Amino acid sequence: MLEQIEGSKAMARAIALCRPQVVCAYPITPQTHIVEGVGDLVRAGELKDCEFINVESEFAALSVAIGASAAGARAYTATASQGLLFMAEAVYNAAGLGLPIVMTLGNRAIGAPINIWNDHSDAMALRESGWIQLFAETNQEAADLHILAFRLAEELSCPTMVCVDGFILTHAVERIDIPDQASVDAYLPPYEPVQSLDPADPISIGAMVGPEAFTEVRYLQHFKHQKALDLIERLSADFAARFGRVAGGLLRSYRAEDADLVVVAMGSINGTIKDVIDEMREDGLAIGLVTLTTFRPFPARALNAALERARDVLVIDRALDVGMGGPLASHVAIALRDLPRPPRLHSAIAGLGGRPTPKTSLHRLFRQATTQPWEGPHFLDLNEAVIAREIHRRSKARRAGPTAEAILKQMEIERVARLERSAS
Amino acid sequence: MTQLPLDGAQKLKFYQKGTLTVGNRLIDEAERTVQASAARSNALTSGHRACKGCGEALGARYAIDAAMKATGGQLIAVNATGCLEVFTTPYPETSWQMPWLHSLFGNAAAVATGVAAALRREGRDHVRVVAQGGDGGTTDIGFGCLSGMFERNDDVLYICYDNEGYMNTGVQRSSATPPAARTATTPALGPEPGNVFGTGKFVPKIAVAHDIPYVATASVADLHDLEAKVTKAMGFRGARYIQIHVPCPLGWGAASHDTIRLARLAIETGLFPIFEAEAGRITHVRKIRRALPVIDYLRPQRRFAHLLRGGQIDPRVARIQAIADRHIADYGLVEESAA
Repeated sequence: MLEQIEGSKAMARAIALCRPQVVCAYPITPQTHIVEGVGDLVRAGELKDCEFINVESEFAALSVAIGASAAGARAYTATASQGLLFMAEAVYNAAGLGLPIVMTLGNRAIGAPINIWNDHSDAMALRESGWIQLFAETNQEAADLHILAFRLAEELSCPTMVCVDGFILTHAVERIDIPDQASVDAYLPPYEPVQSLDPADPISIGAMVGPEAFTEVRYLQHFKHQKALDLIERLSADFAARFGRVAGGLLRSYRAEDADLVVVAMGSINGTIKDVIDEMREDGLAIGLVTLTTFRPFPARALNAALERARDVLVIDRALDVGMGGPLASHVAIALRDLPRPPRLHSAIAGLGGRPTPKTSLHRLFRQATTQPWEGPHFLDLNEAVIAREIHRRSKARRAGPTAEAILKQMEIERVARLERSAS
Repeated sequence: MTQLPLDGAQKLKFYQKGTLTVGNRLIDEAERTVQASAARSNALTSGHRACKGCGEALGARYAIDAAMKATGGQLIAVNATGCLEVFTTPYPETSWQMPWLHSLFGNAAAVATGVAAALRREGRDHVRVVAQGGDGGTTDIGFGCLSGMFERNDDVLYICYDNEGYMNTGVQRSSATPPAARTATTPALGPEPGNVFGTGKFVPKIAVAHDIPYVATASVADLHDLEAKVTKAMGFRGARYIQIHVPCPLGWGAASHDTIRLARLAIETGLFPIFEAEAGRITHVRKIRRALPVIDYLRPQRRFAHLLRGGQIDPRVARIQAIADRHIADYGLVEESAA
């Protein structure tokens, strides 16, 4: 049914339709509305047979989910940013134990400096944890991906993270089609665990594994992810057939077939990019887009096929591997090296800590990629004056104090000066 | 005191019944321990890799067998990382004859909450959950999850096997390490050798402050008391906590045949008070007939050797005695008639 609804509430409804039996809640912006929404549905009796547990930390949230999943229950939790890092040990543990927990990640920057706004630093920080990572482009997809995620996680017995851009998706009100219970039940069968704690069949789970078998256990996790590449395509096709719309898949191309320049990006920024591409196409530029929905497992082969005809590829990262560059760009570079004639690769870092990525900036960036290609990562809309001043200031004094606070203070002084100038 | 009827002969009186030295064969069938029964579950079975004289191995078998009996074998165990986890599951071997899950060092209480929640939702909450860990996994790194489990009153019995340090990693200080004790991170060096006075925490008191249904301390030196407390704990729904004092021959620098003796001395000096509490109030204290001086407990342990070097008694021994005296006063440990 079509509804005008906040993204988080839509996700909560979709999650409830998946009939989770144990939901662990710990608040962190911008994920709060999702678990609040699930909690409301439990209290109102719309989501039956569900334990909604208010825990004391994200570490506990995922740990409770681990116990519930190992005891045979469908388990769900949600987090963001610092919360994901606080539970990092349990994130790896859930994957190592092969427990099909589904977790929403309301993508948010990681401090310091503390910042509650959107980027992909959190998802990137835990990208090697063994979880499947799916990125939603719209709130419709954010809701739909949860239904797909439970089926995918449980078929593989592998935990799955649904990454949704904080605020941009979680707090935006959009027209969303919430599926009906019967359709979701038909798509998502009841959870049948591959391992479960049961006194009638006592097993030990979580034993120490030494050098003799650790590589094999890890390899089998990798093998599971390789299998997921096919399964995600199959489950997404099944989803499209049943629900009449596209969700998930490994990647999606937009006007990329005949494009010389192909942009690669993940998440909600793709909406803006498509608008810019449409405008630039009207100006005669052969430009297209590949939206990556699946980041783990990384769909290198599918990406190769999507990019093999491009002359230039521009990767937009909403995260920064400090000392390295854009993490998505690094991944794309590895995927492209197998092509006989690899395209030129350009890397841009954009939208860190909620920095807007307006169309004008993207226009400039896309033009520059072909006309004035840059070395290394390009930081979109970087305030060069602020950087130069702070570097200079720090070079003058050993006890220069904290950087973030100095920058904010200087910006405020300049803002006031501008106001005074315009007033006089 | 019990009396055995002998045909036409003088009735023998066993005055020692009720102490720790008399054999089970002298006790009524109903009063015998779970451990004395051939039908005990042996949930933690033989063949594990614990050190000779390991108090934790004993404590875990005593506690889990009692819990297995109390639940008719309908029990799931969650284990924190630590000695108990490592020495019981060198896969492909496992000593656990029961469903057993190990996740991480600091999350056993939360994982157990999840297991209990799943059991409730699956309509099989006749299956009960026990979480267990050492003192490091309980009083330090696992304390957040433990307190969370307590305050939500989740249906979990958490058992802490307290050997007063991080033994699995090579005997480092924990918040349960007693003052003056030598560990790898509180060496017997400098003007204040060993662990610092005025630090550490006694989690049973903190558990009581959560007003949970049941809290108890127990010791491997008193099997009857330990089993009775585990059995009683399984009679409650909600959060329960038992801290069992389990000497560690390796970490304490003690002879492996002295494990039970040291555990008993810890009780009888007043250093490890044995009590139980229900819903935030202490309901029972295990009395000491005659308090022994703490030096009797310190002397057999090399971790305290620096206090007794060269025939001298370090003044810090008096400070440890003061701790024991305070326990005796606070908990009323010494029997009235003896006091």
